Amino acid sequence: MASLWKDFVRGLWEENPTFRILIGLCPTLAVTTSAINGMSMGLATAFVLICSSALISLLKRLIPDKVRIPAYIIVIATFVTIVDLFMNAYLPELHQVLGLFIPLIVVNCIVLGRAEAFASKNTVIASVFDGLGMGLGFTWALTLLGSIREILGAGSVFGYRLLPEGATTFGIMSLPPGGFITLGILIAVMNMIANRQKAS
Amino acid sequence: MEDMKLIVAPSPHIRDTDRTEKIMFSVLIALLPVLVASIYLFRWDAVRLVLLSAGAAVATEAIFQRLRNKPITIGDGSALVTGVLLGLIVPPSLPSWMIIIGSAFAVAIGKQVFGGLGHNPFNPALVGRAFLTASFAVAMTNWTAPFDAISAATPLALGAARSNIPNLFFGTVAGSLGETSAVAILIGGIYLFYKGALDYRIPVGILGTVVAMSLLTGQDPVFHLLAGSVLFGAVFMATDPVTSPITVGGRWIFGIGIGLIIMLIRIWGSYPDGVTFAILLMNAATPLLNRWTRPRIYGQGVKASE
Repeated sequence: MASLWKDFVRGLWEENPTFRILIGLCPTLAVTTSAINGMSMGLATAFVLICSSALISLLKRLIPDKVRIPAYIIVIATFVTIVDLFMNAYLPELHQVLGLFIPLIVVNCIVLGRAEAFASKNTVIASVFDGLGMGLGFTWALTLLGSIREILGAGSVFGYRLLPEGATTFGIMSLPPGGFITLGILIAVMNMIANRQKAS
Repeated sequence: MEDMKLIVAPSPHIRDTDRTEKIMFSVLIALLPVLVASIYLFRWDAVRLVLLSAGAAVATEAIFQRLRNKPITIGDGSALVTGVLLGLIVPPSLPSWMIIIGSAFAVAIGKQVFGGLGHNPFNPALVGRAFLTASFAVAMTNWTAPFDAISAATPLALGAARSNIPNLFFGTVAGSLGETSAVAILIGGIYLFYKGALDYRIPVGILGTVVAMSLLTGQDPVFHLLAGSVLFGAVFMATDPVTSPITVGGRWIFGIGIGLIIMLIRIWGSYPDGVTFAILLMNAATPLLNRWTRPRIYGQGVKASE
C-alpha cells in the first residue's frame, strides 16, 4: 500500500512532469491561456495516461520488445480518439478551443514516457496509480499556469471576473510570450521550493 | 634585464582604461541632447516618464540583486542607461504605472534573469518596449503632438507625401519622446563616435540598408531615415556592446540585417515601424554571427583554420 501511495505522489511534486521533469511542454505552453483550458487539457491527458498505462501494463508480456513503441502509440491513440470524440460530442465549445492539441496528446512525451519507463515494468495497479499521480500533477501545473495567465491577461479566473469590464490587463500574458515567461518564473519558484526542502 | 619579469598570460594583452562606468557615463552624456529635445518638445511628460523609468530600472536592479544575495551593481550605471533609454522610446501620454512596470520588466526579465550585465541576449530597453507594446497596445500607440498634448498621427502613419522633412529633422512631429528629433540624436551619435563608444559599422549598416531598400522599392529614403525609431535605434539601441557582435564582419551583417528587417516590416508588415523587433531579432542572431565571422587566429594557415 505504501508503495502505491509513493507511486501516486511521485508525479504530484517530486517528478512533476511540468515543473520538475520539464516534459510535455508543447501543450503546456499552447493551451494555458485560461484556467479552464489548462484544467481540461490536464484532465484529458490524465485520462489517457491512466487508461494507457493500465492497458500497456496488462500487455507488457505480449508486446515484442522490437515493436513496443508502435504498439504503445496504438494503445495511446485509441484512448486519445475516445477523448477526442467524447469532447466533440459533449463539450463542443471546449473542443473547438483546444482543437488540434487533443489529437496531439498521442505524441505527448509524458504519456509515452510513463509507458516506457513505468507501465512496461510494473504491475497494473501500480501503473494506474502512477498514471493518476502524473496526470494530476500535469493537471494542477496546467491549471496554475492557466489561472495566472488568465488573471493577468484577461482579469478573470475560470471565467469569473476579478477586474471590472474594460480594465487594462497585460495582453502579453494571453499571447505565447506570456506562456514562456510565466512557465519560466514558475519553474524558478518550484526550484527554489525544492532547494529549501533539500536544505531542511 | 635580470629584474625584468616576463609574464606569460592569455590575451588580451592590450589594456584600456575603459570601464563599464565610463562607457555608461558617455552614453548618458550622449543622451543629453535627446533629453533636452524631448523636454522641449513634450514638456513635463518627458521629465515624468524618463525619471520614473530610470528610477524603476535602478530600483529593480538593486532589489533583484538583493533578493539573490548578489553584490549590488547599480553604481555601474547600466540600469540607469536602460531606464533612460526606455523612458525615451515610449509615447508621451503613457500612464506612469505602465512605464514603471515596463522598466521593472526590462531590468528583471530582460537582464537580471540571464545573470545581469553582459549575459543578457536581448537589449533590455527594447525588451521593455516590446513587453509594453504587446501588453498595452492602445496606450503604446496613443501619439500626441509636441507642445500641446493633442492626439496626432505619427509620420509613419501619415506617409511620406504628407510629412514635412524639416519638421522630421528637428522633431516637431508626433512620436516617442526621444525619437522624433533627428538632429539631437545625431549630435549624441557623433559624441559617442568621438568617444570611441560607438562602432560606425552598425549604424552605417542599418541606415545604408534602409536607404538602399527605400530606393529599390521606390520610396522616399530621407523620410524612412528620419521617421520612426530608425535613427534612435541605430545610434543608441543596436550599438549596445552586450547584445551586438564583437567582430567586424559580424557587425556589418548585424547592421544590414536590422535595416532589412525594418524595411520588410515597414513595407509588408502589420506594424508601422519595425525597429524594435528588427533589433531584437538580430540580437538573437548575435552569438551565431560571432561564431560565423570568427577571425583567423594569428599565425595560423588558411587551411589549418578550417
